[in-house]
Amino acid sequence: MGSVCKCSCTVTANPHAHLSSMASFVRFCSPILGSFLGAPLSSGYRVPQCVWHKGFGRCSVRSSSSQDTSSAGEKVVLHIVNQDGMKTTTQVTEGESLLDVVVNKNLDISGFGACEGTLACSTCHLIFDENIYNKLGPIMDEEMDMLDLAYGQTKTSRLGCQINIQKWMDGMTVHVPQEIKDRRSE
Amino acid sequence: MNLRRICVLRCKSLLNSKYLRTSQIVGVRKLTSPSGSSPKVCIVGGGPAGFYTAQHLLKSRLDIQVDLFERLPVPFGLVRFGVAPDHPEVKNVINTFTQTALHERCNFFGNVGVGKDVSVAELRQAYHAVVLSYGAEGNRRLGIPGEDLRGVYSAKDFVGWYNGLPGNKELRPDLSSETAVVLGQGNVALDVARILLSPLDILKKTDITQPSLEALAESQVQRVLIVGRRGPLQVACTIKELREMVNLPGTMPDMVTTDFEGVASVLKDLSRPRKRLTELLLKAAQGAASRQAGASRQWGFHFLRSPLEILPADDLTSTAGIRLAVNVLEGSHEGARAVPTGEVEELKCGMVISSIGYRSLCIDPAVPFDHHKAIIPNTVGRVQPGAGLYCSGWVKRGPTGVIATTMNDSFDTARSLLQDIEAGVIDVSSVKPGSRAVLSSLESRGVKWVSFSDWEKIDKEEVRRGQRVGRPREKILDVAEMLRVAHS
Repeated sequence: MGSVCKCSCTVTANPHAHLSSMASFVRFCSPILGSFLGAPLSSGYRVPQCVWHKGFGRCSVRSSSSQDTSSAGEKVVLHIVNQDGMKTTTQVTEGESLLDVVVNKNLDISGFGACEGTLACSTCHLIFDENIYNKLGPIMDEEMDMLDLAYGQTKTSRLGCQINIQKWMDGMTVHVPQEIKDRRSE
Repeated sequence: MNLRRICVLRCKSLLNSKYLRTSQIVGVRKLTSPSGSSPKVCIVGGGPAGFYTAQHLLKSRLDIQVDLFERLPVPFGLVRFGVAPDHPEVKNVINTFTQTALHERCNFFGNVGVGKDVSVAELRQAYHAVVLSYGAEGNRRLGIPGEDLRGVYSAKDFVGWYNGLPGNKELRPDLSSETAVVLGQGNVALDVARILLSPLDILKKTDITQPSLEALAESQVQRVLIVGRRGPLQVACTIKELREMVNLPGTMPDMVTTDFEGVASVLKDLSRPRKRLTELLLKAAQGAASRQAGASRQWGFHFLRSPLEILPADDLTSTAGIRLAVNVLEGSHEGARAVPTGEVEELKCGMVISSIGYRSLCIDPAVPFDHHKAIIPNTVGRVQPGAGLYCSGWVKRGPTGVIATTMNDSFDTARSLLQDIEAGVIDVSSVKPGSRAVLSSLESRGVKWVSFSDWEKIDKEEVRRGQRVGRPREKILDVAEMLRVAHS
């Protein structure tokens, strides 16, 4: 199949989509192991992605294929408040990471997820409500190392790439911090 | 594969489609210039600053055209030549840069030296706006005797050497002595120490260059001292990099515990990031970090020392040691100052790597440049006087921060530029020739530029060569060969 997206992006009906989802899956399971998979480009494999969406949303062509294979995951309602205070309500799938959500739902958060979920930046920093935060899984040293560099860090901050949607999160609200920055600039 | 929903943002042909709901158009500003002429922007520098600036401009206006000029035949700047080979995940940003370069309103021109092959004045004539994002090619000098001895290198050159920067191909660092001293305690200093002491098994799976791998295989360096002017509470490195050193196989920390006197008692007053970093440093210093079996190599921080002189060996050309001033701290925490006590210390070493900062250069006399701070003076990225000249990245802010810092900075500059278009400060009603004019000048000067698809040939070739030896890529180390592959 040729190019389906008529805008400037170069996405095609993508036989590699399942491979890129797999790479993302390994990274989410084990960021450290995933990082040894190497960045797709450095290993020669390039993930075809919509030019508009890489880094601030992804063309749904990719997500539709991953949705097909994860039909077992339950739907959960999520509210995301962006940097301008605007709330978006969306249905997400159990098992997706919050980074996947921002990317798959084309949420326009500039610069979110720069390192693609490999614990090498803090741009997927999100703020949770206290009651939710306390129920989130334990935070690894490697996540805290990067989170500590996030601008506007709060007591209920986590990195979105490390938090996966679970059923009990139904109806939760997450906040995008005011600025996506990294403290290593100071 | 069911492709019910396809690209929902900004697809012109889908504007009337039932699939494009207005609520899905997030952050779109469908601005076009009133007269219909498209704003043409030129970006100088194909590293993170250039690409992130381009990305933000392209996303914000449907009519803007961006041309990116890069000095080398290959794009990506420090992501390719600065990020350590054992940090491949940091290089993931290359994916987003690639998509920007492939955008139909973006063009990449490599092997074009602005200031040499084409002047900034010519670019300003050809484009509505020019953004200078050419980073920091130079380094801060120590300014001490012995700095030019064999065995003394800037971290910028050493990092460039193991990362395949063409200009550092002939560095041939002297790895024959047991002790290496790194001056500076930031993340670059730690990268250098880590690469010097990493087991070959780790390095040979990375995209480190083959000649560096071979040189490091023969390296006699067993001990790296990372020297800083101030104390443990002022180290500029961050915890991820320190943790990597602590966990580096085959090595063990070796530090002077008296340097840490009084540190434990102030831990509770520190911010969490500084506290965790300091705790890890203390643990390493006290040897509580597990001593690895067979750890033959050592690394350590050496505090409160400033370099005075690099001492020559009997042959008067190579390095035998370094003389350091012993300091004491005045003040505390981040603001503490190092004050020399008058005492002096000498350390034996055969290699000194100075990691005290990169430094931007002035590439064109027509551009204002602050030689003291080594940046282009600007206000939120706008370079005065006049309109239409901007800067982003390290040449704007100074050479510190990580990719994400540069990303935000580039977005700021892009926003200034966009505001200026909207406010009419940049007159986009005049038609500008853009790349047409520049390329014809370049051609008449015999400059053979490299397009992005030419780069993709270089990329493919590097990956192919790497596959032969089981590595992600084997970088091409000289410009002539890059051009040969690009134009084959």
